Amino acid sequence: MLPYVIRRLIQSVPILLAVAGLVFVMFSVIPGDFASTQMADGRSVVDAEQVARMNTQFGLDDPVHIRFANYVGKLLTLDLGTSFRTRQPVINSLLERIWPSLQLAMAAMLFAIGVGVPLGFLAALKPGGWLDMQSMIVAVSGLSLPQFWLGLMLMYGFALILGWFPSFGYGDGNPRYLVLPAVALGVAPLALLARTTRAAVLEVMNADFVRTARAKGNSEARVMRWHVARNAAVIVLTTLGLQFGSIMGGAVVIEKLFAWPGIGSLLVDSVSLRDIPVVQACILLLVLFFLIVNIIVDVLCALIDPRIKYT
Amino acid sequence: MKFRANLWIGGVLFAAIVIGGALAPWLAHTDPVMDANLMNAEVSPGSEFWFGTDSQGRDIYSRVLYGARISLTVGIVSQMINTVIGVALGMSAGYFGGWWDDFVNGLTNLMLSIPSLIFALAIMAILQPGLTSLLIALGLTNWSYTCRLSRAATLSIKQQGYVEAARSFGSGNTRIMLTQILPNIAGPIIVIGTLGMGGAVLAEAALSFLGLGIRPPFPSWGSMLSDARDQITTAPWISIFPGLAIFLTVLGLNLLGDGLRDILDPHSQFRKA
Repeated sequence: MLPYVIRRLIQSVPILLAVAGLVFVMFSVIPGDFASTQMADGRSVVDAEQVARMNTQFGLDDPVHIRFANYVGKLLTLDLGTSFRTRQPVINSLLERIWPSLQLAMAAMLFAIGVGVPLGFLAALKPGGWLDMQSMIVAVSGLSLPQFWLGLMLMYGFALILGWFPSFGYGDGNPRYLVLPAVALGVAPLALLARTTRAAVLEVMNADFVRTARAKGNSEARVMRWHVARNAAVIVLTTLGLQFGSIMGGAVVIEKLFAWPGIGSLLVDSVSLRDIPVVQACILLLVLFFLIVNIIVDVLCALIDPRIKYT
Repeated sequence: MKFRANLWIGGVLFAAIVIGGALAPWLAHTDPVMDANLMNAEVSPGSEFWFGTDSQGRDIYSRVLYGARISLTVGIVSQMINTVIGVALGMSAGYFGGWWDDFVNGLTNLMLSIPSLIFALAIMAILQPGLTSLLIALGLTNWSYTCRLSRAATLSIKQQGYVEAARSFGSGNTRIMLTQILPNIAGPIIVIGTLGMGGAVLAEAALSFLGLGIRPPFPSWGSMLSDARDQITTAPWISIFPGLAIFLTVLGLNLLGDGLRDILDPHSQFRKA
Protein backbone atom coordinates (compact mmCIF):
# COMPACT_ATOMS: atom_id res chain seq x y z
CA MET A 1 0.00 0.00 0.00
CA LEU A 2 2.61 2.54 1.08
CA PRO A 3 4.88 1.91 -1.94
CA TYR A 4 1.82 2.46 -4.16
CA VAL A 5 1.05 5.81 -2.52
CA ILE A 6 4.67 6.88 -2.82
CA ARG A 7 4.79 5.87 -6.47
CA ARG A 8 1.62 7.82 -7.20
CA LEU A 9 3.05 10.87 -5.45
CA ILE A 10 6.22 10.61 -7.54
CA GLN A 11 4.13 10.26 -10.69
CA SER A 12 2.40 13.54 -9.95
CA VAL A 13 5.68 15.48 -9.88
CA PRO A 14 5.97 15.74 -13.70
CA ILE A 15 2.34 16.89 -13.89
CA LEU A 16 2.99 19.58 -11.29
CA LEU A 17 6.13 20.65 -13.15
CA ALA A 18 4.18 20.84 -16.40
CA VAL A 19 1.48 22.92 -14.71
CA ALA A 20 4.17 25.18 -13.24
CA GLY A 21 5.66 25.55 -16.71
CA LEU A 22 2.29 26.27 -18.29
CA VAL A 23 1.37 28.84 -15.67
CA PHE A 24 4.80 30.42 -15.95
CA VAL A 25 4.64 30.69 -19.74
CA MET A 26 1.11 32.11 -19.60
CA PHE A 27 2.16 34.90 -17.29
CA SER A 28 5.36 35.67 -19.19
CA VAL A 29 3.41 36.65 -22.28
CA ILE A 30 1.24 39.24 -20.55
CA PRO A 31 0.91 42.27 -22.78
CA GLY A 32 2.32 45.26 -20.93
CA ASP A 33 4.67 44.63 -18.04
CA PHE A 34 3.60 44.66 -14.45
CA ALA A 35 5.64 47.59 -13.28
CA SER A 36 4.27 50.08 -15.78
CA THR A 37 0.65 49.00 -15.22
CA GLN A 38 1.18 49.42 -11.47
CA MET A 39 2.78 52.81 -12.05
CA ALA A 40 0.12 53.95 -14.46
CA ASP A 41 -2.51 53.12 -11.89
CA GLY A 42 -3.82 56.49 -10.80
CA ARG A 43 -0.86 58.45 -12.11
CA SER A 44 -0.61 60.39 -15.31
CA VAL A 45 3.16 60.20 -15.76
CA VAL A 46 5.00 56.89 -15.63
CA ASP A 47 8.39 57.32 -14.05
CA ALA A 48 10.73 55.30 -16.30
CA GLU A 49 13.43 55.10 -13.67
CA GLN A 50 11.07 53.66 -11.09
CA VAL A 51 9.74 51.11 -13.62
CA ALA A 52 13.29 49.94 -14.23
CA ARG A 53 13.94 49.67 -10.53
CA MET A 54 10.79 47.58 -9.95
CA ASN A 55 11.66 45.30 -12.85
CA THR A 56 15.09 44.66 -11.35
CA GLN A 57 13.67 44.21 -7.89
CA PHE A 58 11.25 41.48 -9.02
CA GLY A 59 13.76 39.94 -11.45
CA LEU A 60 11.59 40.75 -14.46
CA ASP A 61 14.59 41.83 -16.59
CA ASP A 62 16.18 38.42 -17.09
CA PRO A 63 15.51 36.29 -20.20
CA VAL A 64 12.54 33.93 -19.96
CA HIS A 65 14.43 30.64 -19.63
CA ILE A 66 16.56 31.97 -16.78
CA ARG A 67 13.46 33.23 -15.03
CA PHE A 68 11.83 29.80 -15.38
CA ALA A 69 14.91 28.00 -14.03
CA ASN A 70 14.99 30.41 -11.10
CA TYR A 71 11.29 29.91 -10.57
CA VAL A 72 11.46 26.09 -10.43
CA GLY A 73 14.57 26.22 -8.27
CA LYS A 74 12.76 28.42 -5.78
CA LEU A 75 9.64 26.24 -5.89
CA LEU A 76 11.73 23.28 -4.72
CA THR A 77 12.68 25.20 -1.60
CA LEU A 78 9.04 26.29 -1.10
CA ASP A 79 10.03 29.84 -1.95
CA LEU A 80 6.94 30.97 -3.85
CA GLY A 81 8.19 34.49 -4.38
CA THR A 82 7.07 37.83 -3.05
CA SER A 83 3.63 39.27 -3.50
CA PHE A 84 3.69 42.33 -5.79
CA ARG A 85 1.05 43.93 -3.64
CA THR A 86 1.90 43.21 -0.01
CA ARG A 87 5.68 42.72 -0.56
CA GLN A 88 5.37 39.74 1.82
CA PRO A 89 6.47 36.16 0.98
CA VAL A 90 3.59 34.44 -0.86
CA ILE A 91 3.94 31.32 1.26
CA ASN A 92 2.81 33.24 4.35
CA SER A 93 -0.51 34.34 2.87
CA LEU A 94 -1.08 30.81 1.52
CA LEU A 95 -0.42 29.14 4.86
CA GLU A 96 -2.89 31.29 6.75
CA ARG A 97 -5.60 30.59 4.17
CA ILE A 98 -5.26 26.83 3.76
CA TRP A 99 -7.16 25.89 6.91
CA PRO A 100 -10.30 27.98 6.21
CA SER A 101 -10.41 26.53 2.68
CA LEU A 102 -10.05 22.97 3.95
CA GLN A 103 -12.74 23.57 6.57
CA LEU A 104 -15.19 24.79 3.96
CA ALA A 105 -14.37 22.00 1.51
CA MET A 106 -14.71 19.28 4.14
CA ALA A 107 -17.98 20.65 5.52
CA ALA A 108 -19.43 20.87 1.99
CA MET A 109 -18.32 17.34 1.12
CA LEU A 110 -19.71 15.93 4.39
CA PHE A 111 -23.06 17.54 3.62
CA ALA A 112 -23.00 16.31 0.00
CA ILE A 113 -22.03 12.74 0.88
CA GLY A 114 -24.29 12.55 3.94
CA VAL A 115 -27.39 13.54 1.99
CA GLY A 116 -26.56 12.65 -1.61
CA VAL A 117 -25.46 9.03 -1.19
CA PRO A 118 -28.44 7.86 0.94
CA LEU A 119 -30.80 9.74 -1.37
CA GLY A 120 -29.42 8.02 -4.46
CA PHE A 121 -29.39 4.64 -2.72
CA LEU A 122 -33.01 4.88 -1.59
CA ALA A 123 -34.07 6.15 -5.00
CA ALA A 124 -32.50 3.13 -6.68
CA LEU A 125 -34.33 0.65 -4.45
CA LYS A 126 -37.62 1.59 -6.12
CA PRO A 127 -36.87 2.89 -9.62
CA GLY A 128 -39.75 4.98 -10.93
CA GLY A 129 -41.20 5.38 -7.45
CA TRP A 130 -42.17 8.61 -5.74
CA LEU A 131 -38.82 9.10 -3.99
CA ASP A 132 -36.96 8.26 -7.18
CA MET A 133 -38.80 10.96 -9.14
CA GLN A 134 -38.31 13.55 -6.38
CA SER A 135 -34.63 12.82 -5.92
CA MET A 136 -33.91 12.95 -9.63
CA ILE A 137 -35.67 16.33 -9.89
CA VAL A 138 -33.44 17.50 -7.03
CA ALA A 139 -30.40 16.09 -8.81
CA VAL A 140 -31.04 17.74 -12.19
CA SER A 141 -31.89 21.06 -10.55
CA GLY A 142 -28.88 20.93 -8.25
CA LEU A 143 -26.54 20.50 -11.18
CA SER A 144 -28.11 23.43 -13.04
CA LEU A 145 -28.09 25.97 -10.20
CA PRO A 146 -25.41 28.66 -10.30
CA GLN A 147 -23.74 28.10 -6.93
CA PHE A 148 -23.15 31.76 -6.17
CA TRP A 149 -26.80 32.51 -6.83
CA LEU A 150 -27.87 29.70 -4.51
CA GLY A 151 -25.49 31.25 -1.98
CA LEU A 152 -27.14 34.66 -2.43
CA MET A 153 -30.60 33.17 -1.98
CA LEU A 154 -29.53 31.24 1.15
CA MET A 155 -28.01 34.45 2.48
CA TYR A 156 -31.27 36.29 1.87
CA GLY A 157 -33.51 33.58 3.33
CA PHE A 158 -31.56 32.20 6.26
CA ALA A 159 -29.41 35.16 7.26
CA LEU A 160 -31.42 38.29 6.46
CA ILE A 161 -35.04 37.15 6.81
CA LEU A 162 -34.82 34.34 9.36
CA GLY A 163 -31.61 35.50 11.02
CA TRP A 164 -30.52 31.93 11.83
CA PHE A 165 -26.99 32.28 10.51
CA PRO A 166 -24.54 35.14 9.93
CA SER A 167 -24.73 36.34 6.33
CA PHE A 168 -21.00 36.28 5.54
CA GLY A 169 -17.51 36.33 6.97
CA TYR A 170 -15.36 33.81 8.80
CA GLY A 171 -16.21 34.72 12.39
CA ASP A 172 -12.86 33.44 13.72
CA GLY A 173 -13.81 29.85 13.05
CA ASN A 174 -17.28 29.96 14.66
CA PRO A 175 -19.08 27.02 12.99
CA ARG A 176 -22.28 29.04 12.53
CA TYR A 177 -20.45 31.01 9.83
CA LEU A 178 -19.63 27.78 8.03
CA VAL A 179 -23.20 26.56 7.47
CA LEU A 180 -24.42 28.73 4.58
CA PRO A 181 -21.28 28.62 2.41
CA ALA A 182 -20.94 24.86 2.98
CA VAL A 183 -24.54 24.22 1.91
CA ALA A 184 -24.21 26.51 -1.12
CA LEU A 185 -21.04 24.70 -2.17
CA GLY A 186 -22.35 21.24 -1.30
CA VAL A 187 -25.58 21.20 -3.31
CA ALA A 188 -23.94 20.56 -6.71
CA PRO A 189 -21.81 17.60 -5.52
CA LEU A 190 -24.86 16.37 -3.59
CA ALA A 191 -26.85 16.28 -6.82
CA LEU A 192 -24.01 14.59 -8.65
CA LEU A 193 -23.60 12.00 -5.89
CA ALA A 194 -27.33 11.22 -5.77
CA ARG A 195 -27.39 10.70 -9.53
CA THR A 196 -24.22 8.61 -9.64
CA THR A 197 -25.16 6.52 -6.60
CA ARG A 198 -28.55 5.75 -8.09
CA ALA A 199 -27.04 4.74 -11.42
CA ALA A 200 -24.30 2.67 -9.80
CA VAL A 201 -26.69 0.83 -7.45
CA LEU A 202 -29.10 0.09 -10.31
CA GLU A 203 -26.24 -1.26 -12.40
CA VAL A 204 -24.80 -3.41 -9.60
CA MET A 205 -28.20 -4.77 -8.55
CA ASN A 206 -28.60 -6.38 -11.96
CA ALA A 207 -25.16 -7.99 -11.85
CA ASP A 208 -24.76 -11.77 -11.78
CA PHE A 209 -22.88 -11.83 -8.48
CA VAL A 210 -25.81 -10.13 -6.73
CA ARG A 211 -28.21 -12.77 -8.07
CA THR A 212 -25.78 -15.46 -6.88
CA ALA A 213 -25.52 -13.85 -3.45
CA ARG A 214 -29.31 -13.87 -3.15
CA ALA A 215 -29.50 -17.46 -4.43
CA LYS A 216 -27.07 -18.55 -1.74
CA GLY A 217 -29.70 -17.48 0.79
CA ASN A 218 -28.04 -14.32 2.09
CA SER A 219 -30.35 -11.90 3.85
CA GLU A 220 -31.34 -8.84 1.83
CA ALA A 221 -29.47 -6.55 4.23
CA ARG A 222 -26.28 -8.59 3.80
CA VAL A 223 -26.61 -8.58 0.01
CA MET A 224 -27.07 -4.81 0.05
CA ARG A 225 -24.18 -4.13 2.37
CA TRP A 226 -21.57 -6.57 1.11
CA HIS A 227 -22.37 -6.94 -2.53
CA VAL A 228 -24.29 -3.90 -3.75
CA ALA A 229 -22.93 -1.08 -1.58
CA ARG A 230 -19.28 -2.06 -1.88
CA ASN A 231 -19.34 -2.36 -5.64
CA ALA A 232 -21.39 0.78 -6.10
CA ALA A 233 -19.01 2.70 -3.81
CA VAL A 234 -16.13 2.22 -6.27
CA ILE A 235 -18.13 3.76 -9.13
CA VAL A 236 -19.30 6.64 -6.94
CA LEU A 237 -15.82 7.38 -5.61
CA THR A 238 -14.29 7.40 -9.08
CA THR A 239 -16.90 9.87 -10.36
CA LEU A 240 -16.37 12.05 -7.30
CA GLY A 241 -12.61 12.15 -7.92
CA LEU A 242 -13.08 13.12 -11.56
CA GLN A 243 -15.60 15.85 -10.74
CA PHE A 244 -13.66 17.24 -7.80
CA GLY A 245 -12.14 19.88 -10.07
CA SER A 246 -15.50 21.50 -10.72
CA ILE A 247 -16.22 21.47 -6.99
CA MET A 248 -12.97 23.37 -6.46
CA GLY A 249 -13.97 25.88 -9.13
CA GLY A 250 -17.25 26.37 -7.27
CA ALA A 251 -15.40 26.87 -4.01
CA VAL A 252 -13.49 29.81 -5.49
CA VAL A 253 -16.73 31.63 -6.28
CA ILE A 254 -18.43 30.71 -2.98
CA GLU A 255 -15.43 31.89 -0.95
CA LYS A 256 -15.55 35.23 -2.73
CA LEU A 257 -19.32 35.60 -2.23
CA PHE A 258 -19.20 34.81 1.50
CA ALA A 259 -15.95 36.77 2.06
CA TRP A 260 -14.40 33.53 3.31
CA PRO A 261 -10.65 33.99 3.87
CA GLY A 262 -9.52 30.95 1.84
CA ILE A 263 -7.29 30.20 -1.14
CA GLY A 264 -10.17 30.81 -3.59
CA SER A 265 -10.87 34.37 -2.49
CA LEU A 266 -7.14 35.05 -2.43
CA LEU A 267 -6.92 33.81 -6.03
CA VAL A 268 -9.80 36.01 -7.21
CA ASP A 269 -8.43 39.11 -5.47
CA SER A 270 -4.96 38.47 -6.88
CA VAL A 271 -6.32 37.99 -10.39
CA SER A 272 -8.15 41.33 -10.16
CA LEU A 273 -5.01 43.07 -8.93
CA ARG A 274 -2.71 41.12 -11.29
CA ASP A 275 -0.58 40.00 -8.38
CA ILE A 276 1.06 37.32 -10.52
CA PRO A 277 3.24 35.48 -7.95
CA VAL A 278 0.19 34.92 -5.76
CA VAL A 279 -1.95 33.79 -8.73
CA GLN A 280 0.74 31.28 -9.76
CA ALA A 281 1.10 29.94 -6.23
CA CYS A 282 -2.67 29.57 -5.70
CA ILE A 283 -3.07 27.66 -8.97
CA LEU A 284 -0.19 25.33 -8.16
CA LEU A 285 -1.56 24.69 -4.69
CA LEU A 286 -5.07 23.96 -6.02
CA VAL A 287 -3.70 21.57 -8.67
CA LEU A 288 -1.61 19.82 -6.01
CA PHE A 289 -4.70 19.46 -3.85
CA PHE A 290 -6.69 18.07 -6.78
CA LEU A 291 -3.96 15.49 -7.49
CA ILE A 292 -3.83 14.44 -3.83
CA VAL A 293 -7.62 14.02 -3.69
CA ASN A 294 -7.45 11.75 -6.71
CA ILE A 295 -4.67 9.67 -5.16
CA ILE A 296 -6.79 9.29 -2.00
CA VAL A 297 -9.77 8.25 -4.14
CA ASP A 298 -7.68 5.60 -5.92
CA VAL A 299 -6.35 4.24 -2.64
CA LEU A 300 -9.87 4.08 -1.18
CA CYS A 301 -11.13 2.25 -4.28
CA ALA A 302 -8.33 -0.29 -3.96
CA LEU A 303 -9.17 -0.77 -0.27
CA ILE A 304 -12.86 -1.35 -1.01
CA ASP A 305 -12.43 -3.52 -4.09
CA PRO A 306 -9.73 -6.20 -3.78
CA ARG A 307 -9.86 -6.79 -7.55
CA ILE A 308 -8.11 -3.45 -8.09
CA LYS A 309 -4.37 -4.00 -8.08
CA TYR A 310 -1.88 -1.45 -6.85
CA THR A 311 -0.25 -0.71 -10.15
CA MET B 1 -41.30 6.87 -30.74
CA LYS B 2 -41.84 7.15 -27.02
CA PHE B 3 -42.40 10.48 -25.36
CA ARG B 4 -39.21 11.79 -23.79
CA ALA B 5 -40.05 14.30 -21.09
CA ASN B 6 -36.50 15.56 -20.55
CA LEU B 7 -35.93 16.19 -24.25
CA TRP B 8 -39.18 18.12 -24.60
CA ILE B 9 -38.97 20.17 -21.41
CA GLY B 10 -35.31 20.94 -22.09
CA GLY B 11 -35.95 21.81 -25.72
CA VAL B 12 -38.86 24.12 -24.92
CA LEU B 13 -36.94 25.88 -22.13
CA PHE B 14 -33.90 26.39 -24.33
CA ALA B 15 -35.99 27.54 -27.30
CA ALA B 16 -37.81 30.05 -25.08
CA ILE B 17 -34.51 31.57 -23.91
CA VAL B 18 -33.17 31.70 -27.50
CA ILE B 19 -36.34 33.44 -28.71
CA GLY B 20 -36.28 35.82 -25.74
CA GLY B 21 -32.70 36.81 -26.54
CA ALA B 22 -33.29 37.07 -30.29
CA LEU B 23 -36.39 39.23 -29.93
CA ALA B 24 -34.96 41.31 -27.07
CA PRO B 25 -35.15 44.64 -28.99
CA TRP B 26 -38.89 44.11 -29.51
CA LEU B 27 -39.77 42.49 -26.18
CA ALA B 28 -37.72 44.79 -23.95
CA HIS B 29 -39.38 47.87 -22.48
CA THR B 30 -36.27 50.04 -22.27
CA ASP B 31 -32.70 50.16 -23.49
CA PRO B 32 -30.67 47.86 -21.21
CA VAL B 33 -27.65 50.12 -20.86
CA MET B 34 -28.69 53.71 -21.56
CA ASP B 35 -31.99 53.99 -19.72
CA ALA B 36 -30.60 54.56 -16.26
CA ASN B 37 -32.76 56.87 -14.19
CA LEU B 38 -31.90 57.34 -10.56
CA MET B 39 -35.47 58.55 -9.93
CA ASN B 40 -36.57 54.94 -10.53
CA ALA B 41 -33.84 53.23 -8.49
CA GLU B 42 -34.76 50.00 -6.73
CA VAL B 43 -38.45 50.00 -7.64
CA SER B 44 -40.00 46.67 -6.67
CA PRO B 45 -41.55 44.43 -9.34
CA GLY B 46 -44.96 45.64 -10.53
CA SER B 47 -47.00 46.51 -13.60
CA GLU B 48 -44.53 49.13 -14.87
CA PHE B 49 -41.29 47.25 -14.14
CA TRP B 50 -42.12 43.54 -14.28
CA PHE B 51 -38.92 42.41 -12.57
CA GLY B 52 -38.28 45.70 -10.73
CA THR B 53 -35.35 48.06 -11.28
CA ASP B 54 -31.73 47.98 -10.13
CA SER B 55 -29.79 50.52 -8.10
CA GLN B 56 -29.40 52.76 -11.14
CA GLY B 57 -33.07 52.59 -12.08
CA ARG B 58 -32.63 50.29 -15.07
CA ASP B 59 -35.45 47.88 -15.93
CA ILE B 60 -34.32 44.40 -14.88
CA TYR B 61 -36.75 42.64 -17.21
CA SER B 62 -35.15 44.34 -20.23
CA ARG B 63 -31.66 43.63 -18.98
CA VAL B 64 -32.44 39.94 -18.39
CA LEU B 65 -33.69 39.68 -21.99
CA TYR B 66 -30.54 41.27 -23.40
CA GLY B 67 -28.44 39.20 -20.99
CA ALA B 68 -29.64 36.07 -22.79
CA ARG B 69 -27.72 37.22 -25.85
CA ILE B 70 -24.40 37.34 -23.99
CA SER B 71 -24.92 34.11 -22.06
CA LEU B 72 -26.02 32.17 -25.14
CA THR B 73 -23.24 33.62 -27.30
CA VAL B 74 -20.61 32.68 -24.76
CA GLY B 75 -22.15 29.26 -24.11
CA ILE B 76 -22.54 28.30 -27.76
CA VAL B 77 -19.37 29.82 -29.25
CA SER B 78 -16.98 28.73 -26.48
CA GLN B 79 -18.37 25.22 -26.51
CA MET B 80 -17.97 25.11 -30.29
CA ILE B 81 -14.31 26.09 -29.92
CA ASN B 82 -13.87 23.33 -27.32
CA THR B 83 -15.57 20.79 -29.55
CA VAL B 84 -13.46 21.66 -32.60
CA ILE B 85 -10.23 21.47 -30.56
CA GLY B 86 -11.25 18.26 -28.82
CA VAL B 87 -12.42 16.49 -31.97
CA ALA B 88 -9.43 17.59 -34.05
CA LEU B 89 -6.90 16.52 -31.42
CA GLY B 90 -8.68 13.34 -30.34
CA MET B 91 -9.56 12.09 -33.80
CA SER B 92 -6.10 12.72 -35.24
CA ALA B 93 -4.43 11.16 -32.18
CA GLY B 94 -6.54 8.02 -32.44
CA TYR B 95 -6.13 7.84 -36.20
CA PHE B 96 -2.38 8.42 -36.56
CA GLY B 97 -1.16 7.04 -33.22
CA GLY B 98 2.58 7.20 -32.54
CA TRP B 99 4.28 10.25 -31.05
CA TRP B 100 1.34 12.50 -31.88
CA ASP B 101 -0.96 10.25 -29.84
CA ASP B 102 1.48 10.38 -26.90
CA PHE B 103 1.70 14.14 -27.16
CA VAL B 104 -2.08 14.62 -27.26
CA ASN B 105 -2.51 12.21 -24.34
CA GLY B 106 0.01 14.14 -22.28
CA LEU B 107 -1.69 17.43 -23.10
CA THR B 108 -5.10 15.99 -22.19
CA ASN B 109 -3.81 14.70 -18.86
CA LEU B 110 -2.34 18.11 -18.14
CA MET B 111 -5.67 19.80 -18.93
CA LEU B 112 -7.56 17.31 -16.77
CA SER B 113 -5.32 18.07 -13.80
CA ILE B 114 -6.22 21.78 -13.77
CA PRO B 115 -9.81 22.50 -12.70
CA SER B 116 -11.28 24.23 -15.77
CA LEU B 117 -12.88 27.23 -14.06
CA ILE B 118 -9.60 27.94 -12.27
CA PHE B 119 -7.72 27.70 -15.56
CA ALA B 120 -10.21 30.08 -17.17
CA LEU B 121 -9.72 32.45 -14.25
CA ALA B 122 -5.96 32.40 -14.81
CA ILE B 123 -6.45 33.21 -18.50
CA MET B 124 -8.73 36.11 -17.58
CA ALA B 125 -5.90 37.42 -15.38
CA ILE B 126 -3.82 37.87 -18.54
CA LEU B 127 -6.49 39.22 -20.88
CA GLN B 128 -8.61 42.32 -20.54
CA PRO B 129 -12.15 41.57 -19.31
CA GLY B 130 -14.65 41.38 -22.14
CA LEU B 131 -16.54 39.11 -24.51
CA THR B 132 -13.59 38.01 -26.68
CA SER B 133 -11.44 37.18 -23.67
CA LEU B 134 -14.27 35.14 -22.18
CA LEU B 135 -14.66 33.17 -25.40
CA ILE B 136 -10.92 32.45 -25.42
CA ALA B 137 -10.75 31.57 -21.71
CA LEU B 138 -13.75 29.24 -21.79
CA GLY B 139 -13.09 27.90 -25.28
CA LEU B 140 -9.57 26.69 -24.50
CA THR B 141 -10.17 25.06 -21.14
CA ASN B 142 -12.88 22.45 -21.53
CA TRP B 143 -12.01 20.22 -24.46
CA SER B 144 -10.36 17.31 -22.65
CA TYR B 145 -13.45 15.09 -22.33
CA THR B 146 -14.37 15.59 -25.99
CA CYS B 147 -10.77 14.79 -26.93
CA ARG B 148 -10.68 11.56 -24.91
CA LEU B 149 -14.02 10.45 -26.26
CA SER B 150 -13.11 11.21 -29.89
CA ARG B 151 -9.83 9.38 -29.54
CA ALA B 152 -11.39 6.25 -28.03
CA ALA B 153 -14.18 6.16 -30.62
CA THR B 154 -11.73 6.69 -33.50
CA LEU B 155 -9.55 3.83 -32.27
CA SER B 156 -12.42 1.39 -32.53
CA ILE B 157 -13.84 2.73 -35.80
CA LYS B 158 -10.60 2.88 -37.78
CA GLN B 159 -10.47 -0.94 -37.72
CA GLN B 160 -13.87 -1.25 -39.41
CA GLY B 161 -14.17 -2.69 -42.90
CA TYR B 162 -15.71 0.44 -44.42
CA VAL B 163 -12.67 2.51 -43.41
CA GLU B 164 -10.42 -0.04 -45.10
CA ALA B 165 -12.69 0.05 -48.14
CA ALA B 166 -12.49 3.84 -48.34
CA ARG B 167 -8.71 3.66 -48.13
CA SER B 168 -8.52 1.07 -50.88
CA PHE B 169 -10.55 3.41 -53.10
CA GLY B 170 -7.73 5.90 -52.66
CA SER B 171 -9.24 8.28 -50.06
CA GLY B 172 -6.67 10.38 -48.22
CA ASN B 173 -6.37 10.52 -44.44
CA THR B 174 -8.23 13.82 -44.08
CA ARG B 175 -11.05 12.61 -46.27
CA ILE B 176 -11.38 9.34 -44.34
CA MET B 177 -11.47 11.19 -41.02
CA LEU B 178 -14.09 13.68 -42.19
CA THR B 179 -16.38 11.39 -44.19
CA GLN B 180 -15.98 7.97 -42.55
CA ILE B 181 -15.02 8.52 -38.92
CA LEU B 182 -16.54 11.86 -37.92
CA PRO B 183 -20.18 10.92 -38.79
CA ASN B 184 -19.81 7.78 -36.70
CA ILE B 185 -18.57 9.50 -33.56
CA ALA B 186 -20.84 12.57 -33.86
CA GLY B 187 -23.63 11.34 -31.54
CA PRO B 188 -21.73 11.24 -28.24
CA ILE B 189 -19.89 14.45 -29.18
CA ILE B 190 -23.18 16.31 -29.66
CA VAL B 191 -24.31 15.07 -26.24
CA ILE B 192 -21.12 16.22 -24.50
CA GLY B 193 -21.29 19.51 -26.38
CA THR B 194 -24.85 20.20 -25.21
CA LEU B 195 -24.02 19.45 -21.59
CA GLY B 196 -20.81 21.48 -21.92
CA MET B 197 -22.81 24.47 -23.14
CA GLY B 198 -24.68 24.47 -19.83
CA GLY B 199 -21.34 24.37 -18.06
CA ALA B 200 -20.05 27.29 -20.14
CA VAL B 201 -23.14 29.39 -19.31
CA LEU B 202 -22.50 28.73 -15.60
CA ALA B 203 -18.79 29.52 -15.99
CA GLU B 204 -19.50 32.80 -17.80
CA ALA B 205 -21.94 33.78 -15.05
CA ALA B 206 -19.39 32.93 -12.36
CA LEU B 207 -16.55 34.88 -14.03
CA SER B 208 -18.74 37.90 -14.71
CA PHE B 209 -20.04 37.71 -11.14
CA LEU B 210 -16.43 37.88 -9.94
CA GLY B 211 -15.92 40.97 -12.10
CA LEU B 212 -13.56 39.16 -14.47
CA GLY B 213 -15.92 38.55 -17.39
CA ILE B 214 -18.40 40.94 -18.92
CA ARG B 215 -17.97 44.31 -17.24
CA PRO B 216 -20.87 46.54 -16.20
CA PRO B 217 -22.86 48.31 -17.59
CA PHE B 218 -23.36 45.60 -20.21
CA PRO B 219 -26.09 43.23 -19.13
CA SER B 220 -24.69 39.77 -18.52
CA TRP B 221 -26.63 37.71 -15.99
CA GLY B 222 -23.47 37.16 -13.97
CA SER B 223 -22.44 40.82 -13.91
CA MET B 224 -25.99 41.85 -12.94
CA LEU B 225 -25.49 39.72 -9.82
CA SER B 226 -22.03 41.04 -9.00
CA ASP B 227 -23.14 43.90 -6.78
CA ALA B 228 -26.45 42.30 -5.81
CA ARG B 229 -25.10 41.16 -2.44
CA ASP B 230 -24.89 44.72 -1.20
CA GLN B 231 -28.48 45.46 -2.15
CA ILE B 232 -30.03 42.18 -1.12
CA THR B 233 -31.58 43.63 2.04
CA THR B 234 -33.30 46.52 0.27
CA ALA B 235 -33.90 45.06 -3.20
CA PRO B 236 -33.81 41.24 -3.33
CA TRP B 237 -35.37 41.19 -6.82
CA ILE B 238 -32.06 42.44 -8.24
CA SER B 239 -30.60 39.05 -7.26
CA ILE B 240 -33.59 36.84 -7.99
CA PHE B 241 -34.35 37.30 -11.69
CA PRO B 242 -30.91 37.11 -13.36
CA GLY B 243 -30.13 34.00 -11.31
CA LEU B 244 -33.42 32.41 -12.26
CA ALA B 245 -32.59 33.06 -15.92
CA ILE B 246 -29.21 31.31 -15.56
CA PHE B 247 -30.83 28.39 -13.75
CA LEU B 248 -33.55 27.88 -16.38
CA THR B 249 -31.06 28.11 -19.28
CA VAL B 250 -28.68 25.57 -17.76
CA LEU B 251 -31.57 23.33 -16.70
CA GLY B 252 -32.86 23.39 -20.28
CA LEU B 253 -29.46 22.51 -21.71
CA ASN B 254 -28.89 19.72 -19.17
CA LEU B 255 -32.31 18.16 -19.82
CA LEU B 256 -31.77 18.49 -23.55
CA GLY B 257 -28.36 16.83 -23.26
CA ASP B 258 -29.81 13.95 -21.21
CA GLY B 259 -32.61 13.48 -23.72
CA LEU B 260 -30.22 13.55 -26.67
CA ARG B 261 -28.02 10.99 -24.94
CA ASP B 262 -30.93 8.52 -24.76
CA ILE B 263 -31.36 8.88 -28.52
CA LEU B 264 -27.86 9.43 -29.91
CA ASP B 265 -25.72 7.49 -27.48
CA PRO B 266 -27.82 4.58 -26.21
CA HIS B 267 -24.80 2.46 -25.29
CA SER B 268 -23.18 5.09 -23.10
CA GLN B 269 -21.88 3.81 -19.80
CA PHE B 270 -23.45 6.86 -18.21
CA ARG B 271 -26.82 6.09 -19.77
CA LYS B 272 -28.58 5.66 -16.45
CA ALA B 273 -26.68 8.40 -14.70
